[in-house]
Amino acid sequence: MNGIKIVVLAKQVPDTRNVGPDAMKADGTVNRSVLPAIFNPEDLNALEQALRIKESYEGVTVTLLTMGPVRAAEIIREGLYRGADDGILLTDRAFAGSDTLATSYALALAVRRLAPDLVIGGRQAIDGDTAQVGPQVAEKLGWPQVTYAEEMHFEGERLIIRRRLERGVENVSAPLPLVVTVNGTAPACRYRNAKLVMKYKYARTDTELQAESSDYIAAGRPAIKITEWGVDAIGADPEKLGLSGSPTKVKEIENVILQSKESKRLTASDGDIESLVRELLENHTIG
Amino acid sequence: MNNLFVFCELDEGRPAEVSLELLTRGRSLADTLGCRLEALVLGSGLDGIENELFPYGVDVVHLGDDPVLEHYRTMPYTSVITGLFKQEQPQIALMGATTTGRDLGPRVSSALHSGLTADCTSLEIGDHYVKKTDTTYKNLLYQIRPAFGGNIIATIINPDHRPQMATVREGVMKREIINKNYRGELRRIDVSAFIKPEDLAVEIIERHMEARKVDIKSAQIIVSGGYGVGSKENFAMLYELASLLGGEVAASRAAVDAGYAGHERQVGQTGVTVRPKLYIACGISGQIQHTAGMNQSGKIIAINNDPMAPINSIADYVINGDVAEVIPRLIKYYKANAR
Ligand SMILES: Cc1cc2nc3c(=O)[nH]c(=O)nc-3n(C[C@H](O)[C@H](O)[C@H](O)COP(=O)(O)OP(=O)(O)OC[C@H]3O[C@@H](n4cnc5c(N)ncnc54)[C@H](O)[C@@H]3O)c2cc1C
Ligand SMILES: Nc1ncnc2c1ncn2[C@@H]1O[C@H](COP(=O)(O)O)[C@@H](O)[C@H]1O
Repeated sequence: MNGIKIVVLAKQVPDTRNVGPDAMKADGTVNRSVLPAIFNPEDLNALEQALRIKESYEGVTVTLLTMGPVRAAEIIREGLYRGADDGILLTDRAFAGSDTLATSYALALAVRRLAPDLVIGGRQAIDGDTAQVGPQVAEKLGWPQVTYAEEMHFEGERLIIRRRLERGVENVSAPLPLVVTVNGTAPACRYRNAKLVMKYKYARTDTELQAESSDYIAAGRPAIKITEWGVDAIGADPEKLGLSGSPTKVKEIENVILQSKESKRLTASDGDIESLVRELLENHTIG
Repeated sequence: MNNLFVFCELDEGRPAEVSLELLTRGRSLADTLGCRLEALVLGSGLDGIENELFPYGVDVVHLGDDPVLEHYRTMPYTSVITGLFKQEQPQIALMGATTTGRDLGPRVSSALHSGLTADCTSLEIGDHYVKKTDTTYKNLLYQIRPAFGGNIIATIINPDHRPQMATVREGVMKREIINKNYRGELRRIDVSAFIKPEDLAVEIIERHMEARKVDIKSAQIIVSGGYGVGSKENFAMLYELASLLGGEVAASRAAVDAGYAGHERQVGQTGVTVRPKLYIACGISGQIQHTAGMNQSGKIIAINNDPMAPINSIADYVINGDVAEVIPRLIKYYKANAR
């Protein structure tokens, strides 16, 4: 499909897959500051799908859209290095504390303003594993959705999409406009392109520019500026954002105190293992 | 009005296991609330399906039986469910955290502007007091799940929005028939009243469903490997031990992410919940998201080279050592002693 406009939804997340020993504080809570912030893995799969469409047709543009703190501009640059055309950072105090519904409200308004033909997101973000934002954005836009996509291509004006389900696969055909969420089983994202890194490494948002050093300014003009949008830019009703716009509330957070069982301590020695096996056989746990 | 609804998914024309589990939990929550339990089933050619649901204590079965609903599709299902929910105003709506439930739940919650909590590991009824306004919300649904990073359990509530929605994975709740002669009422939904032509925009071209291959849920003995097993090759030892013991191999998410085992073997909050007679945790640290799916096992053996690993505190036997040494010894002494 020549000339279509694609928006990729991407989120910066703490890398919960590599929780090291120092990730827990002494009181048993998570030390977020030591977890590296990364491009949500399945959103990279989503970006790859968008880039493949861009390569296959004329005049396709790919815009990355992310909502988060200023720091999340990092993943927009990461997307530019891999072939995205531009990026929008949705950032505003009023967004803080949003649950998935309030998040999807803001994202849907931003998508409306961008007016793309196709929105592609990841299946889920690893910080909560909720997989809600994609379908909720689709509903807010009033568009159909296709989740768990693994492969897609156009046949005429319709997208043919292979979905990976728990127990099999399903092929569907869908018209545009459409929201697609991409599964981790889809092809991995291509690497950064060295030329694009050179071109975009100085891309900054306005807020980032204010904090830049003179070295940066001496380095010259960046190829593009990363657009920053706040509540006003998308015409959002602040009541529908943040804590007040979120139907779900956290009532309480409880630290898990593991109650120690009376456990038998053994070593890996032959004697210990043999007596364990015998004990399990005798009490019919195994055998 | 204001009853508890369970969306009952079908698995080859029969009520899915997870839906029956939710009906069982739904029945006891409805008893606590003093409300009715209502089931919602959509599909095609479903004559008599209500009889499979009533024994779980279902007071009303809402049946949408129409060829257009034969296979699950997001938009027509969403339209029927949101339409029905607008009429019936349920206070609680539960669904399975399956590929269907996780596609449908957020869509419905967005349409009704009601909160949704994914992958709950426990559901309870309780009150909530807000100091600022000095109001007490009575009888809310506590949606309980491990939260970010583990080590914390969050209780989520939706004080002001209805229905209170939650998804739960298969195996988390127990399934139990309340009374095999229990009879509720069957109500047919006029599906055509809810579905708009544009709901049919996405067409299914073909489907290939596979029979359930690996079934760790019903295994009596589980040998489960974590990131500490170190490689896919090392998992071979676990398969050998499991087949000797007549059990199955399972894995932690870190092991699945690393490609050591398939996703269908993942135990935990976002995997399968298991309750085997014996669970052997090999090189698994025991984060809450993992233990949420196995802490009800009969006996737990932890094999870990870190004497302080959290898994040790819920284990009956703690073997402090290297997986690569311990497993071959277990195999050897089992062969030597079993008859
Ligand atoms: C939203 C969310 C949902 C999640 N859902 C799940 C879920 O459903 N299931 C799940 O399992 N996890 C889940 N997790 C991940 C969970 O928090 C942990 O990261 C994961 O369980 C850790 O897996 P592990 O114990 O195998 O790896 P690690 O934490 O890396 O532990 C490896 C262990 O192996 C030991 N070890 C290393 N080498 C050896 C050796 N040679 N011999 C013996 N022992 C050794 C180490 O001491 C360590 O204890 C989820 C996380 C999030 C954020
Ligand atoms: N803050 C955000 N900004 C941009 N995209 C998001 C954001 N949150 C979620 N998404 C998208 O929605 C998908 C599902 O997220 P979640 O519902 O949080 O699991 C992600 O993979 C992203 O594509």
